[in-house]
Amino acid sequence: MPKDGGIGASSKRREDVRFLTGAGNYTDDINMHGQAYVHFLRSDIAHGTITNIDTSAAAGMPGVVRIFTSSDFEGVGGIPCGWQVTDKHGQPMQEPAHPILAQGKVRHVGEPIAAVVADSLAEARDAAEAIVVDIDELPAVVDMKAALQDGATKVHDDLDNNLCYDWGFVEENKDAVNKAFEDAAHVTSLELVNNRLVANPMEPRVAVGDYARGTDESTLYTTSQNPHVIRLLMGAFVLGIPEHKLRVVAPDVGGGFGTKIFHYQEEAFCTFAAKACNRPVKWTSSRTEAFISDAHGRDHVTKIELALDADNNFTAIRTETHANMGAYLSTFAPSVPTWLHGTLMAGNYKTPLIYVNVKAVFTNTVPVDAYRGAGRPEATFQLERVVDKAARELGVDPIALRRQNFITEFPYATPVAVEYDTGDYHGTMDKLEEMGDFEGFAARRAESEKNGKLRGLGVNCYIEACGIAPSNLVGQLGARAGLYESATVRVNATGGLVVMTGSHSHGQGHETSFAQVVAEMIGIDENMVEIVHGDTANTPMGMGTYGSRSIAVGGSAMVRATEKIINKAKKIASHLLEASEADIELKDGAFSVAGTDKSVAWGDVTLAAYVPHNYPLEDIEPGLEETAFYDPSNFTYPSGAYACEVEVDPDTGKVTIERFAAADDFGNIINPMIVTGQVHGGLAQGIGQALLENCAYDENGQLLSASYMDYAMPRADDLPMFDVDHSSQTPCTHNPLGVKGCGEAGAIGSPPAVVNAVVDALQSAGKDVTHIDMPLSPDRVWAAMNC
Amino acid sequence: MYNFDFEKPGSVADAVAALGAEDAQALGGGQTLIPTLKQRLAQPSKLVSLKGIAEMQGVCTGDDGAICIGGATNHATVAAEAGAYPALAATAAHIGDPAVRNRGTIGGSLANNDPSACYPAAALGSGATIVTNTREIAADDYFQGMFTTALDEGEIITEVRFPVPEKANYQKFVQPASRFALVGVFVAKYADGVRVAITGASNDGVFRWAEAEATLSSNFSPDAIDGLSLSGDDMISDLHGTGDYRAHLCGVMTKRAVAAAA
Ligand SMILES: Cc1cc2nc3c(=O)[nH]c(=O)nc-3n(C[C@H](O)[C@H](O)[C@H](O)COP(=O)(O)OP(=O)(O)OC[C@H]3O[C@@H](n4cnc5c(N)ncnc54)[C@H](O)[C@@H]3O)c2cc1C
Repeated sequence: MPKDGGIGASSKRREDVRFLTGAGNYTDDINMHGQAYVHFLRSDIAHGTITNIDTSAAAGMPGVVRIFTSSDFEGVGGIPCGWQVTDKHGQPMQEPAHPILAQGKVRHVGEPIAAVVADSLAEARDAAEAIVVDIDELPAVVDMKAALQDGATKVHDDLDNNLCYDWGFVEENKDAVNKAFEDAAHVTSLELVNNRLVANPMEPRVAVGDYARGTDESTLYTTSQNPHVIRLLMGAFVLGIPEHKLRVVAPDVGGGFGTKIFHYQEEAFCTFAAKACNRPVKWTSSRTEAFISDAHGRDHVTKIELALDADNNFTAIRTETHANMGAYLSTFAPSVPTWLHGTLMAGNYKTPLIYVNVKAVFTNTVPVDAYRGAGRPEATFQLERVVDKAARELGVDPIALRRQNFITEFPYATPVAVEYDTGDYHGTMDKLEEMGDFEGFAARRAESEKNGKLRGLGVNCYIEACGIAPSNLVGQLGARAGLYESATVRVNATGGLVVMTGSHSHGQGHETSFAQVVAEMIGIDENMVEIVHGDTANTPMGMGTYGSRSIAVGGSAMVRATEKIINKAKKIASHLLEASEADIELKDGAFSVAGTDKSVAWGDVTLAAYVPHNYPLEDIEPGLEETAFYDPSNFTYPSGAYACEVEVDPDTGKVTIERFAAADDFGNIINPMIVTGQVHGGLAQGIGQALLENCAYDENGQLLSASYMDYAMPRADDLPMFDVDHSSQTPCTHNPLGVKGCGEAGAIGSPPAVVNAVVDALQSAGKDVTHIDMPLSPDRVWAAMNC
Repeated sequence: MYNFDFEKPGSVADAVAALGAEDAQALGGGQTLIPTLKQRLAQPSKLVSLKGIAEMQGVCTGDDGAICIGGATNHATVAAEAGAYPALAATAAHIGDPAVRNRGTIGGSLANNDPSACYPAAALGSGATIVTNTREIAADDYFQGMFTTALDEGEIITEVRFPVPEKANYQKFVQPASRFALVGVFVAKYADGVRVAITGASNDGVFRWAEAEATLSSNFSPDAIDGLSLSGDDMISDLHGTGDYRAHLCGVMTKRAVAAAA
C-alpha cells in the first residue's frame, strides 16, 4: 500500500502552492529602496579589438548614475575558473583571463563591453545607445577543428593557441587500446556531433547587489543553484570581500539545468556597483540576453570506435572529442568533457580497454559549461550510438548485443577510473522489454506502413555518475572546491524542525522530499519539518545543487545531522524516563523504554532541551541543534534502459515519437511522484536535444538561433505520454539512504534512443542511413533519406 | 521600447487623420509590432490602435456570397465565425497560439506580409479583395514580395473579402521553433479554376503556383501533382531547411491540400 507520508510516499510538492499561485519570491521580485538598474551594452561582433569607448554623451543623459567600462575594474579580479585540467603531457590547461567587462578585445557576441547604471531601465537603455564603441573586427573563430590549425586566428592573443588542453584518459592505456583495435575481429566507428544547446530556464538570470555602508556588508541576490559557491568565488577571487562581509541569497529560482551553477560577470558587477554607486543595483536578463550570455551546453564533435572480438564481446573503445569551451572558461567548463565524460565511457559494459582523448577548444562563442547531465549525456550518446551501429553491422539484435556485454558483478572497477557499487542492468532491461511491448512492434510497424509512415524502435542503456565525490579525489582531479554537502537541523522548543541545507532547490522539490526523510527518521508529521535553503546567512557552507547530488549528498548530510539530534534527544529522554540510554527507542515520535510502557513524547523532549529544568546539565548542553558535513566515499551510479518508438513521415522527414518507455534504477526512492516528474522533465529535454534544439552560429560568430523564433524548445505536443518505471532498485551501498539521484537521467538516456529509433525506421525502408546528427529536424531526416 | 503617443479612434476617418502625423503607425493586435518595439527596432511617434473601430470588426456575408472580414478582426473570431468558408476558418484556427489568435488581426497580418504567415496564402489562394480606406485591391496585385505590399503610407485595411470556393484546404508544415509556416499551401477550387498559393517558401513572399493550378483545374486530384516540381533556387534557405527541401514540401503539401479539400 502506498504510504501517505515519510520515505516512499508521493507527498504533494508543498512548494508548488506558492509557485502556482504567484506567491513565490524570485530574485526579480526583490526590489530595494533606492534601487538603480543596470543595462549592459553587449558586443554584437564576435571578435574584434576595441579601439575606443566614448561614454561622454551617454554620461549626461537623463537618469544616468554612472557608466562603467573595464577601466573601472583595475585591481579587481576576473571571473575565476573552478576546475583545472592537466593535459596528457602533465601540463596545466591554458587559462585565459576573464574580465567582468571586455578588456581590449571582444570575444563573443553578447560579451558585455560597458554597463550603464541609471534610475530606470529605460534610461539605462537609452544611454547605452549613446555610447560609441569602435571595434576593429577580426576574423571569428567558430569551427573547432579550424581553430586548432596552425596559423588560426587566436581568441586570446596571450595564449599559445586556441587549445585549452589536450587530455588523454587513461594515457597509460593508450598503447594497449591501439593493440586491441589491431587484434579486433570487427571495428565499428562513428563520427557524430553532440549539438550545442541553450539551457533556457523559464526564469532568466537576475542579480541585485546591495551594500550597507554602515556595516560595510555586501549582499547579492541572485538566480543561483549554489549561493555558497558564488560567495566563495566572488568574494575571494573577484571582489576581495571576506565571506563574513558578503551574503549571497538565491531565493526561489525558476529552473537552472546547470546554467545557473556558474559565477557570472553580472553578479560581480551588481555587487561591485552597489558599493561604487552606494545604491542597490539590479539586473534582469531579457530572453534575448539569456541566449547570448547564459553558458551554453554540450557542443562536442566526436569520433568513437568500438572493437569487438569474434564472439561480439567488446574489447576496446577509443574516442577523440573536440569540446567547445567558447570564448572564456566558465566556472566548471574544463571538467565537463573530461572527468564527467571520460569516466563514463564504459557505460553499462565490461569493455576492458578504453582510451578517451579530448581537445578543448576556445572559439568566439558564448562560454560552454554543464547542462543537465554535463558530460554524461555526451558519453552515453556516442557509446549507445556506436553499440547500435555495431549491432546493425553484425546483424545481431541490439538488445542481445548489449546484454551480452553487460557488467553483472558489483562492485565493478571500470578501466576509466571509477567503481560502480551496485546495479542490475539485466533487471532494468527486463523491465523495459515488458513496458515496451517489443513483441507487438512488428504489428505496430505494419500498421504505420499502411498509413504511409515508417516506424522505428530504438533502445539504449545509460549509466550516470551522481554526487561527484569524494573531495580529496576531486581535488586531485583539478577541482578547486570540495564536493561535500552540509545540513544544520534546528529543533524548536515545541518539536518542529528547521533543516538548513547547503544544497539548493530550483524545481527539484527538496522542500517536500527532504522533509519526508527527517519526518520518517523521527516518526513525526512531515509538516513539522521546514526546509530552508539558498541564503548563506542562515545555511552552513554547502556546495549547492547540480549533478543529481542533492539527495545523495545533501540528503546524507541531513541524515547525519538528524542522527546526531536523535542521539542527543535519546539522552534527554533517558533522563526524563530515568532509564538507561541504551534502552531508549524512538518510534512514531515517542521515546520509550524497551520492554516497558514508559514513554515520553518527542515534544516533551524538545521542550526539555530548551526549558532545561529537569535536565542533566552536568552531562549535556541545553538546546537541540546539530550540523553535519557529509563527504561521500564515491559517486552513485543510477542506470537504466530506455526505448523509443518513432514514426517518420517519408514525404516530409518529420519524426513523431509514438511511445517512450524508461526503466530506471535510482536505488531507494524518497518520493516516487517527484522522481517521475524529474524523469519526465529530463526526457523532455533529451527529446528536445534529439529532435528540436539547435544552437547554431554562422561563420562570423553570429548566433543564428538567438530567439524562440529559431530555437525550438520541446512543447507538450512534441512529446508522447511517457511510460516511466523505477521499480528496479539496487540501493547505493555507501550512503545512508541507499539513494542514487534521478535529476539528469532522463536527459542522459533519451537522445540515443530517439536517434536509434529513427535510424531503425529509415533502414526498414531500405535506406542506407547509419547516422543523422541531432537535432533530427524534418529537413535533416528528409535530406538523409534523399541523398 | 521608445516613448510614443497613443490614440484609439472610433472611426476609420479619425484613424486616417491620426495616421497623418509624421511617423505615426497603425496598431492592430500588436503581435508583430509590439515585439518589434520592445527590441527597439522601430520608433514610431504615435501608435493608432484600430481596435476601437466598430466598422472594422467582425465577419459577415456579402451580397455576392463572399465572406467579409473586418480589418481589425482577430484570428479567434475568424476561426469561430467564418464557418461558411471552412478552410479559411481552419487557417485562422492554426495561427500561433490562443493568445496570438485573440489579439492578432487579419489586417495586421496582411499589412505585415511576413513571408511565412498564413493569411497571405489564404487571401492569394482565394483571390480575395483587400479593401482599404481609399480603394479595393485584388490579392494578385496586393502582395509584392517579403514584407512588401501595395499599401501606401497610412493606408488602412478596413475589410478583406473572400469569395467562397467549392472546395479548399490549407496545409501548413510548421517551422519547429516559430511554428509559422515552413511551407504552407492554400488550394481553392472555384467554378472557373483552381488557385494554389504558397507561403513560407519563396524569397519573394507568397506566390501562386501556376503550373499546379493549370493541372488541377483540369484534374482536381492529388495524383495530378505527381511529376510537377518547383525549383528551390529562389526559395528561402535557412536553419530549418534548404530551398530544395522547401521546394519539395510545396509539392507534398499541395498534394495533401488537394486530398483534404472540402
Ligand atoms: C507567438 C506568435 C506566433 C505566431 N504564429 C503565426 C502563425 O503561425 N501564422 C501567422 O500567419 N502568423 C503568426 N503570427 C503573427 C500574427 O498572426 C500577427 O497577428 C500578425 O502577423 C500581425 O497582426 P497584428 O494584428 O498583431 O498586427 P500588428 O502587430 O499590430 O501590426 C503589424 C503591422 O501591420 C500594420 N497594421 C496593423 N493593422 C493594420 C491595418 N488594418 N491596416 C494596415 N496596416 C495595419 C501595423 O502598422 C504594423 O506595421 C504569430 C505571432 C506570434 C507573436
